[in-house]
Amino acid sequence: MPQLLEAFRIALDMIVSGDPVVFSIAFRTLMISVTATVIAALIFIPVGCLIHFNRFRGKRFLVSIIQTLFSVPTVLVGMLVFLLISRAGPLGSLGMLFSPGAIVLGEVLLIAPILTGLTISALSGMGRDVADTALSLGAGQLQMVLKVLSESRYMVLTAVLMGFGRAVSEIGVAIIIGGNISGYTRTLTTAIALGVGKGETSASIALGIILLALAMIVSVTVNTLQHSEK
Amino acid sequence: MTKYIFTGLLLIAVLSAACGGQSEPSAEPAMEQTTEIAEDAGNESVPPRASVSRLRVATTTSLYDTGLWSYLEPMFEEEYGVELDVLYAGTGKALEWGRRGDVDVITVHSRSREEQFVEEGYGLERVTFAYNYFLIVGSPDDPAGLEGMTPEDAFTTLMQNGEAIFVSRGDDSGTHGKEKAIWAIAGYDYEDVRTSGDWYVEGGSGMGPTLVMADEMRAYTLSDMGTYITYRSDLDLEPVVDQGDILLNVYSVLEVTSSRNPEMAANLREFLTSETVQDLIGNYGVVEYGIQLFTPCAGEGIQGI
Repeated sequence: MPQLLEAFRIALDMIVSGDPVVFSIAFRTLMISVTATVIAALIFIPVGCLIHFNRFRGKRFLVSIIQTLFSVPTVLVGMLVFLLISRAGPLGSLGMLFSPGAIVLGEVLLIAPILTGLTISALSGMGRDVADTALSLGAGQLQMVLKVLSESRYMVLTAVLMGFGRAVSEIGVAIIIGGNISGYTRTLTTAIALGVGKGETSASIALGIILLALAMIVSVTVNTLQHSEK
Repeated sequence: MTKYIFTGLLLIAVLSAACGGQSEPSAEPAMEQTTEIAEDAGNESVPPRASVSRLRVATTTSLYDTGLWSYLEPMFEEEYGVELDVLYAGTGKALEWGRRGDVDVITVHSRSREEQFVEEGYGLERVTFAYNYFLIVGSPDDPAGLEGMTPEDAFTTLMQNGEAIFVSRGDDSGTHGKEKAIWAIAGYDYEDVRTSGDWYVEGGSGMGPTLVMADEMRAYTLSDMGTYITYRSDLDLEPVVDQGDILLNVYSVLEVTSSRNPEMAANLREFLTSETVQDLIGNYGVVEYGIQLFTPCAGEGIQGI
């Protein structure tokens, strides 16, 4: 317990004093995970819509696969992306490995199933009547999709926040394809892992608190924007 | 409506970018406690730019956990105007990165594997630059009575005792390789040791975490001297065996043949073996820990075992 209090004190110190190292790690972490979430949302919410509004053979099976991938181990994604972008791999010529961009790529792939799957769930929760009403009022296909999406926006937003939560807290991708390079690819989670390894418990807990604070800021901001639109 | 979500997220990205710009550090030496855990503030002041070239060095964990690389990194960057990316891993993984062409330079400590790496054409030349010794450390009451033994006798005693816990790195690192070499001269087949009972614990972590684990379990472990000295104040572990030729621990630097920046890789080798830096390595940690962590040995022909 005293250790936890000490950690809170250190975390406060770091935040209040504007510790440049901690701030740059926190900022980098935020940039990487927000970028990954935005890219993943732009691609995989539409993909979720496509799957939901189309009938095809094996649709249920596909949805099951997507839901299974919610649980894909982060280290496995890390290793697969490593093999892909290592210089000896198929995309090696891009020289992406051990860069912040590589972490973004890995996190986009990591959270793609969550965004796709939860978008499908959100749309399924709406039932047919919204779509039918929209169509009966003369809406085109695209307008109908946007209408249903708009009606289910709280759930879709939850999907986005879930994706962000997984991206900001994961370590497998960041450490394997980022490499935890000081001042370049070090994120809050990899810094915590290094700190725990060194037995610097209080400072590690402090970084954990900062990570949760970031998550809170993002979620509160998104929710506020949501409500202010009314 | 989704466009609100997207614009919202984009807004956050922009906002955080703006905040980040303000909090951009001016390379001032920050609070001690956080620089330890995180990184030296020096290289934080320059955001990565495409125009600045980057050089990647993969290092064994012991040269990282002791803080030696964090100490040398800004000097090299200053002298050669390059961003040095320091990646830490066990010797096995560091060499694997080299084989795949993902790093430019390697600093590790496992003679046989380094020589194989060079023979296979992945590395230019094995250049030794520093050494120290391995130690067998354990809780001060020394439950298995290893104090003063040779390394191989100590290992034999542990094997016969079967109760005193030994934490192995178990991660294909240079230290793990050294441990296997000691088991070999003690006359045991390593697979037999690994599977002989609960007393033999395979930690699977770097040197620092392994020491922390040995401390928690009141166990013995094999450690390089540098990492042990760096961690000593937080641990209740004492050296029990520190004599024996087999314990010699030689660090060397290898330029990776497939490096995209061979000239800068050569610069790093020259930097490490230069007289100035050799002195710095020899004095590193002496003030803080009261003992020499690394003995410089560039050009002295010490090859190791």
